[in-house]
Amino acid sequence: MTALAESTTSARAEVGAVPSFDVTLRIRRFDPDNGAEPRWEEFTVTAHGTDRVLDAMHKVKWEVDGSLTFRRSCAHGICGSDAMRINGRNRLACKALLKDLDPSKPITIEPIKGLPVIKDLVVDMEPFFASYREVMPFLITHGNAPSKERLQSPEDRARYDDTTKCILCAACTSSCPVFWTDGQYFGPAAIVNAHRFIFDSRDEGAVQRLEILNDKEGVWRCRTTFNCTEACPRGIEVTKAIQEVKRAMITRAF
Amino acid sequence: MATTIPAGPLAAPRSARTTRSRGSSRTNMEMVAWLFMRLSGVLLLVLIFGHLFVNLVQGEGINRIDFAFVGGKWASPFWQFWDLAMLWLAMIHGTNGMRTIINDYAERDRTRLVLKVLLAAAFLLTVTLGTLVIFTFEPCPIGAPADLLPSFCPAS
Repeated sequence: MTALAESTTSARAEVGAVPSFDVTLRIRRFDPDNGAEPRWEEFTVTAHGTDRVLDAMHKVKWEVDGSLTFRRSCAHGICGSDAMRINGRNRLACKALLKDLDPSKPITIEPIKGLPVIKDLVVDMEPFFASYREVMPFLITHGNAPSKERLQSPEDRARYDDTTKCILCAACTSSCPVFWTDGQYFGPAAIVNAHRFIFDSRDEGAVQRLEILNDKEGVWRCRTTFNCTEACPRGIEVTKAIQEVKRAMITRAF
Repeated sequence: MATTIPAGPLAAPRSARTTRSRGSSRTNMEMVAWLFMRLSGVLLLVLIFGHLFVNLVQGEGINRIDFAFVGGKWASPFWQFWDLAMLWLAMIHGTNGMRTIINDYAERDRTRLVLKVLLAAAFLLTVTLGTLVIFTFEPCPIGAPADLLPSFCPAS
Protein backbone atom coordinates (compact mmCIF):
# COMPACT_ATOMS: atom_id res chain seq x y z
CA MET A 1 0.00 0.00 0.00
CA THR A 2 2.72 2.43 0.97
CA ALA A 3 4.83 1.32 -1.99
CA LEU A 4 1.92 1.91 -4.32
CA ALA A 5 1.29 5.41 -2.95
CA GLU A 6 4.95 6.30 -3.31
CA SER A 7 5.17 5.16 -6.91
CA THR A 8 2.02 7.14 -7.73
CA THR A 9 3.51 10.29 -6.24
CA SER A 10 6.77 9.94 -8.15
CA ALA A 11 4.90 9.17 -11.38
CA ARG A 12 2.82 12.27 -10.87
CA ALA A 13 5.98 14.33 -10.38
CA GLU A 14 7.36 12.98 -13.66
CA VAL A 15 4.18 13.80 -15.51
CA GLY A 16 4.14 17.33 -14.18
CA ALA A 17 7.87 17.90 -14.77
CA VAL A 18 8.76 20.10 -17.69
CA PRO A 19 11.76 18.76 -19.59
CA SER A 20 14.62 21.20 -19.87
CA PHE A 21 17.32 21.25 -22.54
CA ASP A 22 20.13 23.43 -23.85
CA VAL A 23 19.34 25.50 -26.87
CA THR A 24 21.67 27.59 -29.03
CA LEU A 25 20.44 30.88 -30.43
CA ARG A 26 22.36 32.20 -33.42
CA ILE A 27 21.51 35.90 -33.43
CA ARG A 28 22.44 38.40 -36.11
CA ARG A 29 23.76 41.47 -34.33
CA PHE A 30 24.56 44.98 -35.44
CA ASP A 31 25.64 47.91 -33.29
CA PRO A 32 25.82 51.23 -35.15
CA ASP A 33 27.82 52.85 -32.31
CA ASN A 34 30.59 50.29 -32.72
CA GLY A 35 30.76 50.98 -36.43
CA ALA A 36 31.38 47.26 -36.78
CA GLU A 37 29.98 45.06 -39.51
CA PRO A 38 27.01 42.89 -38.59
CA ARG A 39 27.97 39.56 -37.06
CA TRP A 40 26.39 36.33 -35.88
CA GLU A 41 26.63 35.56 -32.17
CA GLU A 42 25.77 32.24 -30.62
CA PHE A 43 24.37 31.97 -27.12
CA THR A 44 23.62 28.69 -25.42
CA VAL A 45 21.02 28.81 -22.65
CA THR A 46 18.99 26.25 -20.75
CA ALA A 47 15.33 26.35 -21.68
CA HIS A 48 12.20 24.43 -20.76
CA GLY A 49 9.96 22.47 -23.07
CA THR A 50 7.23 25.06 -22.67
CA ASP A 51 9.48 28.02 -23.50
CA ARG A 52 9.11 30.24 -26.51
CA VAL A 53 11.94 31.83 -28.48
CA LEU A 54 11.22 35.05 -26.62
CA ASP A 55 11.86 33.33 -23.26
CA ALA A 56 15.25 32.12 -24.44
CA MET A 57 16.06 35.63 -25.70
CA HIS A 58 15.03 37.11 -22.36
CA LYS A 59 17.38 34.68 -20.68
CA VAL A 60 20.22 35.87 -22.93
CA LYS A 61 19.42 39.53 -22.34
CA TRP A 62 18.83 39.26 -18.61
CA GLU A 63 21.57 36.77 -17.69
CA VAL A 64 24.23 36.71 -20.43
CA ASP A 65 24.48 39.82 -22.56
CA GLY A 66 22.39 42.85 -21.63
CA SER A 67 23.31 44.66 -24.86
CA LEU A 68 21.15 42.35 -26.98
CA THR A 69 18.44 44.64 -28.38
CA PHE A 70 14.98 43.63 -29.55
CA ARG A 71 11.41 44.90 -29.32
CA ARG A 72 8.70 43.21 -27.35
CA SER A 73 5.76 44.57 -25.45
CA CYS A 74 2.90 42.30 -24.49
CA ALA A 75 4.82 39.08 -25.13
CA HIS A 76 1.56 37.27 -25.93
CA GLY A 77 1.06 37.69 -29.65
CA ILE A 78 -1.21 40.74 -29.53
CA CYS A 79 0.98 43.83 -29.81
CA GLY A 80 3.00 42.74 -32.83
CA SER A 81 6.30 44.17 -31.59
CA ASP A 82 8.54 41.13 -31.82
CA ALA A 83 8.26 39.99 -35.42
CA MET A 84 11.63 38.57 -36.47
CA ARG A 85 13.10 36.13 -38.93
CA ILE A 86 13.46 32.88 -37.02
CA ASN A 87 15.06 29.97 -38.90
CA GLY A 88 14.47 31.87 -42.13
CA ARG A 89 10.77 32.52 -41.61
CA ASN A 90 9.03 35.55 -40.20
CA ARG A 91 7.40 34.76 -36.88
CA LEU A 92 6.56 36.40 -33.59
CA ALA A 93 9.22 35.37 -31.06
CA CYS A 94 6.47 35.23 -28.42
CA LYS A 95 4.42 32.71 -30.40
CA ALA A 96 7.20 30.40 -31.66
CA LEU A 97 7.77 27.48 -29.27
CA LEU A 98 11.36 26.25 -29.03
CA LYS A 99 10.27 22.62 -29.16
CA ASP A 100 8.62 23.24 -32.55
CA LEU A 101 11.87 24.57 -34.01
CA ASP A 102 14.15 21.55 -33.47
CA PRO A 103 16.24 22.85 -30.51
CA SER A 104 18.99 20.29 -31.23
CA LYS A 105 20.27 22.65 -33.95
CA PRO A 106 21.12 26.34 -33.48
CA ILE A 107 18.08 28.56 -34.00
CA THR A 108 18.91 31.52 -36.25
CA ILE A 109 17.31 34.84 -35.40
CA GLU A 110 17.57 37.87 -37.71
CA PRO A 111 15.78 41.19 -38.01
CA ILE A 112 12.91 41.22 -40.52
CA LYS A 113 14.07 41.93 -44.06
CA GLY A 114 13.50 44.98 -46.22
CA LEU A 115 13.45 47.58 -43.46
CA PRO A 116 16.57 49.47 -42.25
CA VAL A 117 18.19 47.87 -39.20
CA ILE A 118 18.70 50.28 -36.30
CA LYS A 119 20.35 47.91 -33.83
CA ASP A 120 20.45 44.12 -33.51
CA LEU A 121 16.85 43.00 -34.13
CA VAL A 122 15.29 46.46 -34.06
CA VAL A 123 14.33 47.85 -37.48
CA ASP A 124 13.00 51.24 -38.52
CA MET A 125 9.27 50.65 -39.01
CA GLU A 126 8.60 54.10 -40.45
CA PRO A 127 8.52 53.05 -44.16
CA PHE A 128 6.02 50.36 -43.17
CA PHE A 129 3.77 52.76 -41.25
CA ALA A 130 4.05 55.38 -44.01
CA SER A 131 2.29 53.10 -46.50
CA TYR A 132 -0.17 52.10 -43.78
CA ARG A 133 -1.13 55.75 -43.24
CA GLU A 134 -1.46 56.30 -46.98
CA VAL A 135 -4.43 53.91 -47.34
CA MET A 136 -6.35 55.97 -44.74
CA PRO A 137 -7.00 53.24 -42.14
CA PHE A 138 -9.96 54.98 -40.50
CA LEU A 139 -13.72 55.15 -41.07
CA ILE A 140 -14.69 57.66 -43.77
CA THR A 141 -18.33 58.78 -43.93
CA HIS A 142 -20.25 61.65 -45.44
CA GLY A 143 -23.29 63.57 -44.28
CA ASN A 144 -24.61 63.88 -40.74
CA ALA A 145 -23.50 61.40 -38.14
CA PRO A 146 -26.36 59.21 -36.88
CA SER A 147 -27.58 59.85 -33.34
CA LYS A 148 -27.10 56.15 -32.52
CA GLU A 149 -24.49 53.53 -33.43
CA ARG A 150 -23.85 52.74 -37.08
CA LEU A 151 -25.56 49.36 -37.25
CA GLN A 152 -24.29 46.48 -39.33
CA SER A 153 -25.65 43.00 -39.97
CA PRO A 154 -23.59 40.00 -38.85
CA GLU A 155 -23.17 39.05 -42.54
CA ASP A 156 -21.77 42.49 -43.40
CA ARG A 157 -19.44 42.24 -40.42
CA ALA A 158 -18.26 38.79 -41.48
CA ARG A 159 -17.30 40.11 -44.93
CA TYR A 160 -14.11 41.76 -43.66
CA ASP A 161 -13.65 39.85 -40.40
CA ASP A 162 -10.38 38.24 -41.47
CA THR A 163 -8.58 41.51 -42.12
CA THR A 164 -9.60 43.06 -38.78
CA LYS A 165 -7.16 40.69 -37.08
CA CYS A 166 -4.04 42.52 -38.31
CA ILE A 167 -1.67 43.59 -35.52
CA LEU A 168 0.74 45.53 -37.78
CA CYS A 169 3.73 43.38 -36.89
CA ALA A 170 5.14 43.70 -40.46
CA ALA A 171 5.77 39.94 -40.73
CA CYS A 172 3.88 39.85 -44.05
CA THR A 173 5.33 42.98 -45.64
CA SER A 174 8.88 42.02 -44.70
CA SER A 175 8.40 38.51 -46.12
CA CYS A 176 7.32 39.85 -49.52
CA PRO A 177 9.99 39.48 -52.25
CA VAL A 178 8.51 42.42 -54.16
CA PHE A 179 8.93 44.62 -51.09
CA TRP A 180 12.53 43.43 -50.62
CA THR A 181 13.56 44.78 -54.03
CA ASP A 182 11.10 47.68 -54.27
CA GLY A 183 10.63 49.70 -51.09
CA GLN A 184 8.04 51.84 -52.90
CA TYR A 185 5.53 48.95 -53.00
CA PHE A 186 2.67 49.43 -50.54
CA GLY A 187 3.19 45.94 -49.13
CA PRO A 188 0.63 43.37 -47.99
CA ALA A 189 -0.10 44.93 -44.58
CA ALA A 190 -1.26 48.25 -46.04
CA ILE A 191 -3.50 46.43 -48.53
CA VAL A 192 -4.94 44.22 -45.77
CA ASN A 193 -5.84 47.31 -43.74
CA ALA A 194 -7.37 48.98 -46.79
CA HIS A 195 -9.39 45.79 -47.38
CA ARG A 196 -10.73 46.04 -43.82
CA PHE A 197 -12.40 49.37 -44.71
CA ILE A 198 -13.13 48.83 -48.42
CA PHE A 199 -15.41 45.90 -47.56
CA ASP A 200 -16.96 47.53 -44.47
CA SER A 201 -20.60 48.34 -45.27
CA ARG A 202 -20.49 51.46 -43.03
CA ASP A 203 -17.49 52.99 -44.76
CA GLU A 204 -17.87 55.39 -47.69
CA GLY A 205 -14.22 55.86 -48.64
CA ALA A 206 -13.80 52.68 -50.69
CA VAL A 207 -13.43 54.55 -53.98
CA GLN A 208 -10.64 56.76 -52.61
CA ARG A 209 -8.79 53.74 -51.21
CA LEU A 210 -9.15 51.77 -54.42
CA GLU A 211 -7.77 54.70 -56.36
CA ILE A 212 -4.79 54.94 -54.02
CA LEU A 213 -4.06 51.23 -54.35
CA ASN A 214 -4.53 51.33 -58.14
CA ASP A 215 -1.14 53.05 -58.18
CA LYS A 216 1.80 51.67 -60.18
CA GLU A 217 3.22 50.51 -56.83
CA GLY A 218 -0.15 49.28 -55.59
CA VAL A 219 -1.89 45.91 -55.73
CA TRP A 220 -0.77 45.17 -59.30
CA ARG A 221 2.78 44.67 -58.00
CA CYS A 222 1.59 41.59 -56.09
CA ARG A 223 2.94 38.35 -57.58
CA THR A 224 0.81 36.04 -55.40
CA THR A 225 3.79 34.21 -53.95
CA PHE A 226 1.78 33.60 -50.73
CA ASN A 227 4.79 34.47 -48.53
CA CYS A 228 2.57 36.95 -46.66
CA THR A 229 -0.16 34.40 -45.98
CA GLU A 230 2.41 31.95 -44.65
CA ALA A 231 4.12 34.58 -42.51
CA CYS A 232 1.02 36.06 -40.86
CA PRO A 233 1.04 35.13 -37.15
CA ARG A 234 -2.71 35.84 -36.98
CA GLY A 235 -3.53 33.47 -39.82
CA ILE A 236 -4.99 36.19 -42.04
CA GLU A 237 -5.40 35.06 -45.64
CA VAL A 238 -3.39 38.02 -46.87
CA THR A 239 -3.01 36.99 -50.51
CA LYS A 240 -6.75 36.35 -50.73
CA ALA A 241 -7.45 39.82 -49.36
CA ILE A 242 -5.13 41.36 -51.97
CA GLN A 243 -6.90 39.41 -54.72
CA GLU A 244 -10.27 40.63 -53.46
CA VAL A 245 -9.04 44.23 -53.68
CA LYS A 246 -7.84 43.55 -57.25
CA ARG A 247 -11.24 42.12 -58.13
CA ALA A 248 -13.01 45.13 -56.64
CA MET A 249 -10.89 47.39 -58.84
CA ILE A 250 -11.64 45.43 -61.99
CA THR A 251 -15.39 45.35 -61.29
CA ARG A 252 -15.29 49.09 -60.74
CA ALA A 253 -13.35 49.75 -63.95
CA PHE A 254 -15.50 47.72 -66.34
CA MET B 1 29.85 32.27 -23.49
CA ALA B 2 28.95 33.89 -26.76
CA THR B 3 30.75 32.91 -29.93
CA THR B 4 31.00 35.47 -32.69
CA ILE B 5 30.95 34.82 -36.43
CA PRO B 6 31.12 37.63 -39.00
CA ALA B 7 27.89 38.06 -40.96
CA GLY B 8 27.26 39.48 -44.40
CA PRO B 9 26.95 43.20 -45.00
CA LEU B 10 23.96 45.13 -43.80
CA ALA B 11 21.26 45.72 -46.39
CA ALA B 12 21.18 49.33 -47.53
CA PRO B 13 18.68 51.38 -45.56
CA ARG B 14 15.67 52.35 -47.58
CA SER B 15 13.33 55.27 -47.30
CA ALA B 16 9.59 55.39 -46.93
CA ARG B 17 7.30 55.60 -49.94
CA THR B 18 8.14 58.88 -51.59
CA THR B 19 5.73 59.09 -54.51
CA ARG B 20 2.35 60.10 -53.24
CA SER B 21 -0.41 58.50 -55.28
CA ARG B 22 -1.43 60.55 -58.26
CA GLY B 23 -4.98 61.84 -58.45
CA SER B 24 -7.97 59.74 -59.38
CA SER B 25 -7.63 56.86 -61.77
CA ARG B 26 -10.22 54.29 -62.64
CA THR B 27 -7.86 52.19 -64.73
CA ASN B 28 -4.17 52.35 -65.41
CA MET B 29 -1.49 50.64 -67.44
CA GLU B 30 -0.62 48.14 -64.70
CA MET B 31 -4.23 47.03 -64.34
CA VAL B 32 -4.64 46.61 -68.10
CA ALA B 33 -1.37 44.65 -68.25
CA TRP B 34 -2.49 42.43 -65.36
CA LEU B 35 -5.85 41.71 -67.00
CA PHE B 36 -4.23 41.12 -70.39
CA MET B 37 -1.92 38.46 -68.93
CA ARG B 38 -4.92 36.48 -67.64
CA LEU B 39 -7.09 36.79 -70.75
CA SER B 40 -4.30 36.20 -73.28
CA GLY B 41 -3.13 33.22 -71.23
CA VAL B 42 -6.50 31.51 -71.65
CA LEU B 43 -6.65 32.34 -75.37
CA LEU B 44 -3.08 31.15 -75.92
CA LEU B 45 -3.88 27.78 -74.34
CA VAL B 46 -6.55 27.22 -77.01
CA LEU B 47 -4.49 28.66 -79.87
CA ILE B 48 -1.27 26.80 -79.06
CA PHE B 49 -2.81 23.42 -78.38
CA GLY B 50 -4.99 23.79 -81.49
CA HIS B 51 -1.87 24.61 -83.49
CA LEU B 52 0.05 21.66 -82.06
CA PHE B 53 -2.84 19.27 -82.73
CA VAL B 54 -3.34 20.35 -86.34
CA ASN B 55 0.36 20.31 -87.14
CA LEU B 56 1.60 17.28 -85.23
CA VAL B 57 -1.27 14.90 -84.47
CA GLN B 58 -4.07 15.16 -87.02
CA GLY B 59 -3.90 12.88 -90.11
CA GLU B 60 -0.38 11.63 -90.81
CA GLY B 61 0.95 13.91 -88.08
CA ILE B 62 4.42 15.34 -88.17
CA ASN B 63 5.41 13.53 -91.41
CA ARG B 64 3.03 15.74 -93.33
CA ILE B 65 4.89 18.97 -92.60
CA ASP B 66 6.70 20.38 -95.62
CA PHE B 67 6.63 23.53 -97.71
CA ALA B 68 3.36 22.52 -99.33
CA PHE B 69 1.66 21.97 -95.98
CA VAL B 70 2.67 25.38 -94.61
CA GLY B 71 1.92 27.07 -97.95
CA GLY B 72 -1.53 25.45 -98.02
CA LYS B 73 -2.29 26.57 -94.47
CA TRP B 74 -1.27 30.18 -95.06
CA ALA B 75 -3.37 30.38 -98.22
CA SER B 76 -6.42 30.25 -95.96
CA PRO B 77 -7.42 33.48 -94.11
CA PHE B 78 -8.49 31.33 -91.15
CA TRP B 79 -4.97 30.03 -90.51
CA GLN B 80 -3.46 33.42 -91.32
CA PHE B 81 -5.59 34.95 -88.60
CA TRP B 82 -4.91 32.05 -86.21
CA ASP B 83 -1.14 32.34 -86.58
CA LEU B 84 -1.26 36.13 -86.43
CA ALA B 85 -3.27 36.02 -83.18
CA MET B 86 -0.88 33.45 -81.77
CA LEU B 87 2.17 35.53 -82.71
CA TRP B 88 0.86 38.80 -81.32
CA LEU B 89 -0.67 37.41 -78.13
CA ALA B 90 2.38 35.27 -77.33
CA MET B 91 4.79 38.10 -78.01
CA ILE B 92 2.89 40.69 -75.96
CA HIS B 93 2.30 38.15 -73.17
CA GLY B 94 5.96 37.13 -73.05
CA THR B 95 7.28 40.67 -73.38
CA ASN B 96 5.06 41.88 -70.57
CA GLY B 97 6.27 38.99 -68.43
CA MET B 98 9.88 39.94 -69.12
CA ARG B 99 9.08 43.58 -68.34
CA THR B 100 7.69 42.47 -64.98
CA ILE B 101 10.79 40.42 -64.23
CA ILE B 102 13.05 43.35 -65.18
CA ASN B 103 11.06 45.67 -62.92
CA ASP B 104 11.30 43.17 -60.07
CA TYR B 105 14.97 42.28 -60.30
CA ALA B 106 16.94 45.07 -62.00
CA GLU B 107 17.57 47.52 -59.20
CA ARG B 108 19.57 50.23 -61.00
CA ASP B 109 17.64 52.67 -63.17
CA ARG B 110 20.23 52.49 -65.95
CA THR B 111 20.17 48.65 -66.06
CA ARG B 112 16.39 48.67 -66.16
CA LEU B 113 16.30 51.13 -69.03
CA VAL B 114 18.89 49.24 -71.11
CA LEU B 115 17.14 45.90 -70.59
CA LYS B 116 13.75 47.35 -71.48
CA VAL B 117 15.08 48.97 -74.65
CA LEU B 118 16.62 45.63 -75.71
CA LEU B 119 13.35 43.88 -74.90
CA ALA B 120 11.31 46.35 -76.95
CA ALA B 121 13.70 45.98 -79.88
CA ALA B 122 13.44 42.19 -79.80
CA PHE B 123 9.65 42.45 -79.59
CA LEU B 124 9.36 44.84 -82.54
CA LEU B 125 11.73 42.83 -84.72
CA THR B 126 9.96 39.52 -84.11
CA VAL B 127 6.43 40.87 -84.47
CA THR B 128 7.22 42.89 -87.61
CA LEU B 129 9.01 40.04 -89.35
CA GLY B 130 6.38 37.49 -88.33
CA THR B 131 3.48 39.64 -89.48
CA LEU B 132 5.23 40.40 -92.73
CA VAL B 133 5.82 36.71 -93.44
CA ILE B 134 2.23 35.71 -92.66
CA PHE B 135 0.78 38.30 -95.07
CA THR B 136 3.35 38.26 -97.88
CA PHE B 137 3.99 34.52 -97.99
CA GLU B 138 4.04 33.26 -101.60
CA PRO B 139 2.74 29.66 -101.66
CA CYS B 140 3.55 29.18 -105.36
CA PRO B 141 7.01 30.60 -106.07
CA ILE B 142 7.80 30.64 -109.78
CA GLY B 143 10.31 28.04 -110.95
CA ALA B 144 10.02 25.80 -107.89
CA PRO B 145 9.83 22.00 -108.47
CA ALA B 146 6.17 21.05 -108.77
CA ASP B 147 6.29 18.19 -106.24
CA LEU B 148 7.14 20.61 -103.43
CA LEU B 149 4.22 22.97 -104.03
CA PRO B 150 0.70 22.93 -102.60
CA SER B 151 -1.86 21.19 -104.83
CA PHE B 152 -3.68 24.42 -105.79
CA CYS B 153 -0.61 25.98 -107.48
CA PRO B 154 -0.82 26.19 -111.30
CA ALA B 155 2.66 24.63 -111.58
CA SER B 156 1.84 21.48 -109.63
